[in-house]
Amino acid sequence: MTLSDSADAPVNEVVLEAVGLTKHFPVRKRLRDLLTRTTAAVHAVDDVSFVLRRGQVTALVGESGSGKSTVARLLAQLHPRTAGDLLLHGRSTRVRGGRAFRAYVRRVQLILQDPFASLNPVHTIRYHLTRSLRIHGNAGRSAEDLDKALADLLTRVSLTPPERYLDAFPHELSGGQRQRVAIARALGADPEVLLADEPVSMLDVSIRLGVLNLLRDLKERLDLAILYITHDIASARYFADDTIVMYAGRMVEGGDSETVTKNPAHPYTRLLIESAPDPDRITGAGDAADVGGAADADRGHGEPPSLISPPSGCRFHPRCPHAMPRCTVELPPRHDIGDRPGHWAACWLYDPATVTAEGPGSAAPDADPSVPPPPALIRQDGTASVGDAR
Amino acid sequence: MTQTVLEITGLNVDYGVGDQAVRAVRDVDLTLRRGEVLGLAGESGSGKSTLAYGITRLLPPPGVIRSGSVRYHPVDGDPVDVMALTPAELRRFRWAETSIVFQGAMNSLNPVHRISTQLLDVIKAHEPDMSAPARLARARELLKLVGISADRMDSYPHQLSGGMRQRVMIGMALALEPQIVIMDEPTTALDVVMQRQILGQLAELRERLGFAVLFITHDLSLLVEFSDRIAIMYGGRIVEEAPAAQLYRAALHPYTEGLLHSFPALRGPRRALTGIPGSPPDLRAMPPGCAFHPRCPRAFTPCDNELPVLGAPADDHPGRSVACWLHRSLESR
Repeated sequence: MTLSDSADAPVNEVVLEAVGLTKHFPVRKRLRDLLTRTTAAVHAVDDVSFVLRRGQVTALVGESGSGKSTVARLLAQLHPRTAGDLLLHGRSTRVRGGRAFRAYVRRVQLILQDPFASLNPVHTIRYHLTRSLRIHGNAGRSAEDLDKALADLLTRVSLTPPERYLDAFPHELSGGQRQRVAIARALGADPEVLLADEPVSMLDVSIRLGVLNLLRDLKERLDLAILYITHDIASARYFADDTIVMYAGRMVEGGDSETVTKNPAHPYTRLLIESAPDPDRITGAGDAADVGGAADADRGHGEPPSLISPPSGCRFHPRCPHAMPRCTVELPPRHDIGDRPGHWAACWLYDPATVTAEGPGSAAPDADPSVPPPPALIRQDGTASVGDAR
Repeated sequence: MTQTVLEITGLNVDYGVGDQAVRAVRDVDLTLRRGEVLGLAGESGSGKSTLAYGITRLLPPPGVIRSGSVRYHPVDGDPVDVMALTPAELRRFRWAETSIVFQGAMNSLNPVHRISTQLLDVIKAHEPDMSAPARLARARELLKLVGISADRMDSYPHQLSGGMRQRVMIGMALALEPQIVIMDEPTTALDVVMQRQILGQLAELRERLGFAVLFITHDLSLLVEFSDRIAIMYGGRIVEEAPAAQLYRAALHPYTEGLLHSFPALRGPRRALTGIPGSPPDLRAMPPGCAFHPRCPRAFTPCDNELPVLGAPADDHPGRSVACWLHRSLESR
């Protein structure tokens, strides 16, 4: 058996840990910048720290451009990081290719968004999977071993009978089947960590859940640690144990998925949840709901900031309805919300000292005064804004 | 406000001709009423975009409209048969009466021309009599309508964000105050926050200007919130049509039911969801009978060889229709 279940390690052991991970992409200098000393850079990811545990799914939620895919690529070591550290089983790793890179990807595998582009159209499924097995030394010694391993891989991703798919070309398969092949290819390395970068967003809605359920099933059977990157916070709630929300390259909130979606603390998370399509919100046959939708939309006006010169302080403050003077100057640290262990938000609203000194909304006098409840209130009865929408 | 503005009957669209033809849209009957938002949902390959291109006669070859009629009812005057329009009439009809916002509309703007040039071009092409200052004023007004300040007129598309480009496209679609706006996945490429802003604005504009919207998307949960009526397409046919709230509360067709259960909810208990087993049908080799029966959890005897027709369900549901043997008495076929 080439694909061993690594069940001997303790459950919830930390497999991969990101500590203050930062990535800045340099911007080409223009002629008029030649004399200046500062080098411009896109601050794609700043100070991102989290852990991936064995047998757990961690979701990373954010808009496009929030840096979530860059995090996946940093974790896969496809980009060298600017600062911070990446610990695999507690040991710092930095690989730039060659043998070390291969040894690393054997344990940390990446699944990409588009299964139409991530499989080579001129090769069969057998070729794709054999390559993965061979490179990572899981192909066995004989041809029978290989055949057995191939059949095993396809069975794991529920492509049965395997013979029907082995000699097919990618164009003969549907999107969902292709994504299953991509997952099987990642499993061919017998990894400990799967980094799934929007694994279902290119698939048809009716088959998305099938692929998510498959990933969950694999996580349970193989004790994988999964990083699930998505823009759809509802699917994060469905699929992930923990959820981290990113905005403009920084983490703004984290905690277990249920708490983050039920009691979102950070104003950005609230905006995200209010904006998600929610059929339960309809009251009449459409027109009444539309008016409410328009009012909601006004609250989150504006767009994500430029990452070349991100706003000072909290990066969300230009759009935040509860921004205080302090938000524009100082970067908020993580504050524990206190409703559930492990739920935190990087927001000054949860720093009691700040709230009493400045009062929420004092920088934005036209903001709805009923919306920013003091932290104490939030702890008791959940957030006001999401409660209203129900 | 229940006047019909667009009436589609028995529309069939093929790709290719002869035996090899792929029947992308099959016997579609659909009515769009004045001022309503009609949602059209379905998976990729269900024929929803083909239907939109068919009714505007924008189908690129090898697409052919094999049969069927599309009748447009102007506010005053006689109905127009869109299929019989001459190219010159069709040019006048397009944009002035129906406009279309394409999938990935963000990329439909010409990157080498300013926004103003492109907006003015539309107005100039359709209303050549308008004076230049009047055209400019109209273009400014359009941008204001969609919430973009007029000083962005001279920007190039790459200087605007995706959401703003999409707004420009919507503004352009409204340039000649059409009666029908067809939107083909207008917000798929946008983030949820931007999506809500744009849809809210669209709803507001519709209240004010009273155009009807045919809204095509694969995101059923969005439609339930945003549209008045919803039609579900599967394998080139419309399988269910109902007012949005009713469809959400009690879906009749098992496919609709499956689709509704494919979206994880943000509230309520966290349930295990299954999606729909199997994969969408191959249009070149459609299963006999009901196209959905190989994936249907409730398939029974007539499903695999007899095609259910879209009609009123057997039990009383006014204003709804469904194509499923579960809801049709066998005598009525």
